[in-house]
Amino acid sequence: MNRILHGRLTGLAVLGAIIAVLPVFLTNNFYLDVAILAGFNAVVCVGLNLLIGYAGQISLGHAGFFGIGAYASGVLVGVYGWPPIAALLAGAVFVGVLAFAVAKPILRLKGHYLAMATLGIGIIVSIVLRTESGLTGGPDGMMVEPFKIFGVELYGEKVWYWVVGVLLFVVVWLSLNLIDSPMGRALRAVHGSEVAAEVVGVDTARFKVMVFVLSAVFASVAGSLFAHYAGLITPAKADFFKSIELVTMVVFGGMASTFGAVVGAVVLTLLPQALTVFQDYQQIVLGAILMATMVFMPKGLLPTLAGFLPSRRRA
Amino acid sequence: MTMLTAQKPSSDAAPVARRAGPPLLRVENLSREFGGVLAIGDLSFTVAAGDIHSIIGPNGAGKTTLFNLVTGVYKPSGGRVLFDGADVSGQAPYKLAARGMSRSFQNLQIFFNMTALENVMVGRHLHLDTRLLPALFRFPSLVRKDSEARDRAAQLMADVGLSRYLGADADSMPYGALKRLEIARALASEPKMLLLDEPAAGLNATESREIDAVIKTVAASGVTIILVEHDMKMVMGISDHITALNHGRKLAEGTPAEVAANPDVIAAYLGAAP
Repeated sequence: MNRILHGRLTGLAVLGAIIAVLPVFLTNNFYLDVAILAGFNAVVCVGLNLLIGYAGQISLGHAGFFGIGAYASGVLVGVYGWPPIAALLAGAVFVGVLAFAVAKPILRLKGHYLAMATLGIGIIVSIVLRTESGLTGGPDGMMVEPFKIFGVELYGEKVWYWVVGVLLFVVVWLSLNLIDSPMGRALRAVHGSEVAAEVVGVDTARFKVMVFVLSAVFASVAGSLFAHYAGLITPAKADFFKSIELVTMVVFGGMASTFGAVVGAVVLTLLPQALTVFQDYQQIVLGAILMATMVFMPKGLLPTLAGFLPSRRRA
Repeated sequence: MTMLTAQKPSSDAAPVARRAGPPLLRVENLSREFGGVLAIGDLSFTVAAGDIHSIIGPNGAGKTTLFNLVTGVYKPSGGRVLFDGADVSGQAPYKLAARGMSRSFQNLQIFFNMTALENVMVGRHLHLDTRLLPALFRFPSLVRKDSEARDRAAQLMADVGLSRYLGADADSMPYGALKRLEIARALASEPKMLLLDEPAAGLNATESREIDAVIKTVAASGVTIILVEHDMKMVMGISDHITALNHGRKLAEGTPAEVAANPDVIAAYLGAAP
């Protein structure tokens, strides 16, 4: 009990300290921008990790949920004049209902049906965003107005850094809480053995649906805020390759490790910046990383590193 | 043959201390076929509350299929299962668990992605707050009950002799310990009826005796037990009642002494000509 509590608080403290100190080293807006993008990816990955790493279900369409959140904010604020916070919530509710409607029939089945269905959602979302150019601007994307709340406009990298930092901290805290709870254990039990979970009373279908909806809503909220930060969104943010990128971040960082998901998101956001020469081959590099991770460290980066520590405790 | 007769218990060795209660489980004309092959056919029997009731039969007799039908893992092709007075035929396992039925598995079904203690804590699922919001924000009531569940799970692990594995990851434990971990997890749900599918399979003689003692202790606490086991020494020693199956149908039933002396049972085990 104490050890787990201890581990959770230590990890949170380290994360908080890094978020607090990092701006000292981010001396220009480009660095800040990369950190903010890493933060957004990390928020989505922490949610996706609940689904993939803990509950053992695969989603190949999370960029679609991110995209719906982004475009809900873009369209509702820009075209219909909604307050940004209302648009964000509306996007999250819509994504939640959509995820529930898809998952409810699918998750009764075992196997890879969810992966196939989410692949379909992601592709449909991407197609709709490209073709409904009257609202979405089509393949060129659309401009998004700044985020305003209580008359305050969030503007500039410095402000957004703290917004994303706090959001990430809160999302990690919620995720750690969830995992160390009866529902969290039920989710992990679903991953371990569905039939064994059932015979001690776990309604496995219900928990699979809940975690899928939760992770989709995390992605939607991140998408909404990202749209306001970036000021320009394109359908590429919602397409299949982006979904694969998110899955790769989770797998690379460490499945069933909340901090691993954060590390995976940060590393794979930084990598393209460092390896700009590979820009044309980004998908190939990503695929290679995914394969190498599965072969050489199937538990992912952070759990593998933690395994080398003398006092072994998973992050 | 020698196993069956050699272990025929004398009357004072039979566990007569427990009084057979009213039926807790009633199986009526149950059948299940897989692609035209009858795995269970027109099977009826009752299990008295408080009994240790064993299901025996040669390999392929349908014992595990019967377990899967009773616990809702499979849906019956015909017939009914009545548990604690209610028709529960075809209900999902998690609903049956809420009614007080739990089980272990012939092939281990352990949550290898968790610690041993967490495995048992999952068994407390029905008794804990499993809602999303209290979990996300760590409501104090949830934390308190979770802490109690942790203590209770630790106690159950001690009861089945697994104290030394309290902090262990499940995937680092030996086979014999995992068999007992499954029993502890099932007991954590506080079942009225516990179905044990070959709890002693693959164990050495010492481990078998320990499982034997655990089963007796659990039964003494008032839990009805249905046991599938090939270890005839164990079956004949601890059962109050035995149902023998062959080819999915009931071959014989009665006390261990009656079943062991039944010529049909002997023929089924030895393959003797009728």
